[in-house]
Amino acid sequence: MKQGIRFYGWLFGVNLFISAFTFGGGYVVVPMVRRYFVAKKTYFTEEDLINMAAVAQSTPGAIAVNLSALAGYRVAGLWGALASCLGAVIPPLVILTAVSSFYKVFVTNMVLAAVLKGMEAGVAALMVDLIVDMCVLILKQRSLFLSVMIPLSWIANFLLGIHVVVILVVCCVLCILQVVIKRGKA
Amino acid sequence: MNSVWTLFTEFLKIGFLSIGGGYAIIPLIQEQVVEKAGWISEKMFTDIITISQMTPGPLAVNTSTFVGLQIGGLPGALAATVGCTLCGIVISLVLYKFFQTHQSSVYVLEVLNGLKSASLGLIISAAFTILLLALYGADSQGLDGRDFNRTALLIFLAMLFILRKWKINPVLVMAASGIAGLVCYL
Repeated sequence: MKQGIRFYGWLFGVNLFISAFTFGGGYVVVPMVRRYFVAKKTYFTEEDLINMAAVAQSTPGAIAVNLSALAGYRVAGLWGALASCLGAVIPPLVILTAVSSFYKVFVTNMVLAAVLKGMEAGVAALMVDLIVDMCVLILKQRSLFLSVMIPLSWIANFLLGIHVVVILVVCCVLCILQVVIKRGKA
Repeated sequence: MNSVWTLFTEFLKIGFLSIGGGYAIIPLIQEQVVEKAGWISEKMFTDIITISQMTPGPLAVNTSTFVGLQIGGLPGALAATVGCTLCGIVISLVLYKFFQTHQSSVYVLEVLNGLKSASLGLIISAAFTILLLALYGADSQGLDGRDFNRTALLIFLAMLFILRKWKINPVLVMAASGIAGLVCYL
């Protein structure tokens, strides 16, 4: 783990960049982090990334900011987390401050609306691409329990509209029960 | 100064309560900021959501910046943004550290594995929401009778194909789909 002003600078910069391009919700940060931390620099593995994404999602607050903090922490400790968070928060802060003074013009701009409509489809493609890779990783573990959990949580959230907190708590309880049952058999 | 402190504590509370991120936390922010505190009107809140969709960055951060600016200027915006991200960052780091140090425990390992699957299910939910938004438009209450957007489907499939085949940079995907939107929709 190399540390130094330049490395913190890189962390700050890369998070600034990622945050500035995160249109369409926090989840787009996951493929972005994958690109810069896993594919380009190999600071951690895809497996680590899923761990971090799971933690970032199971805790309060903005998933994008949480994930940035975790990635920074993973590669450079607490100061790394701080540098990452600063980088992640500054773009929306600056952009919203700028936009808020003339937001009526902004909201009704046709050119911008067309660009953003196109970007929606792009975001969807990015997410599906990520989901395919993550599913493969989980299915590889050959655990029926873990594989079935994916569609179950989707059904609970998307089709039944059950609150995320309830889903995560039930999931934790099921996991613990599963271990208890396995141990009872052995 | 007083209002800056109120902004900080109020958004600390919002940050703490907003598990799940993205569109799931809209009602929560609305309740706290519009109905309870009365800081901004319903109309302005809807505008913030629109702006949030048009600009990068997490919705919670965007809303806190916007509301903070209206109530307490730039110091207010900073206080609200720090407040709303602080809890998530701290809890994420603590939880991640906990999982790292207790990796040898079967219970901890299984719970983390379960959370990974469950959160992947939630990411799939978010992908569905965005894909439906891209294909059927923002005001699709029921899917029947709405215009199906073939252009969006085409952009989505093209981007997904390129991503699966060449693993290109997500930023390029955003830029390309934005340009495609500009060409097709304007």
